[in-house]
Amino acid sequence: MTRFAAGDRVRVHKQFPPTPPSHIRTPYYIRGLSGTVERVCGAFRNPEELAFGRPGTPEVPLYRVRFRQKDVWPDYDGNEADKIEIEIFEFWLDAEGDEA
Amino acid sequence: MSGDHHHHHHDHDHDHLHPYDPEHHHPHRPDQDDTMTYYRLMEEAVRELMIEKGLVTQDDIRAEVEAMDARVPANGAKVVARAWTDPAFKKRLIETPKEAIAEVGHDIGPMKLVVLENTPEVHNVVVCTLCSCYPRWILGIPPDWYKSRSYRSRVVREPRTVLREFGTEIADNREVRVHDSTADMRYFVLPMRPAGTEGMSEAELAALVHRDSMIGVTEVSA
Repeated sequence: MTRFAAGDRVRVHKQFPPTPPSHIRTPYYIRGLSGTVERVCGAFRNPEELAFGRPGTPEVPLYRVRFRQKDVWPDYDGNEADKIEIEIFEFWLDAEGDEA
Repeated sequence: MSGDHHHHHHDHDHDHLHPYDPEHHHPHRPDQDDTMTYYRLMEEAVRELMIEKGLVTQDDIRAEVEAMDARVPANGAKVVARAWTDPAFKKRLIETPKEAIAEVGHDIGPMKLVVLENTPEVHNVVVCTLCSCYPRWILGIPPDWYKSRSYRSRVVREPRTVLREFGTEIADNREVRVHDSTADMRYFVLPMRPAGTEGMSEAELAALVHRDSMIGVTEVSA
């Protein structure tokens, strides 16, 4: 079961992992921002664990999340409708308005 | 030629032509293939150990290198041309890319592919900001610029400017959608079929489709 579905509003966690060294797949520029789930990609072994030779199981749901460029870059000067889509694992996401 | 000419150091600009003169030696640029860097040494050691332990053979490695080299953008171009000429195929390509691409004779292996269709309303462009994820199984080896820090950092932030540098002008009222492949999916852009190609065969259309248009930094023109 996945926590989110296409169309849901989500917010990306802001924090860095507490205990470096770490391997993360959520780019810095998207942390803390809100977007809309574009699709559920399925479940994959967690690369943040695989990077350290661990099994990366149980598999974790992966989403493609769509953000407005204007929300990502305050000085963005392209079309208001321009978007950026990024794959983000579920454990990096909260429901918008639900974050601690 | 003066006696000391060929003893000088070649620090002058070579903006003049010499007649052939066996006495006149240019310094040779050193070969680059004799540097055993840390990673080359590591690769060689691991490879030799794996062969020695019977995990792989030299022949397996050769076959895999040849399989990698056989993956070229023309494979993707065939897929695009089929999608342009067969709407039912295009639908399958977007819904079930692996199965659709197998129909054209290519195995995309374990890759999870997302096909992004360019339309008059939306232009798609692909990047991997964290490293250089690329749909190698269908497009082969990525171009150097795709892996450059400049492309990776700029195309997410100022995509229209970067596209313009590739000669691609996207109309202001058309949405630009950047896709950052950060995890397990790989992205393939299905470019728009150019006007004036109505009578063309699938093979003729495939010849128009180039690599960059399937990354989304260019469009296809007839």
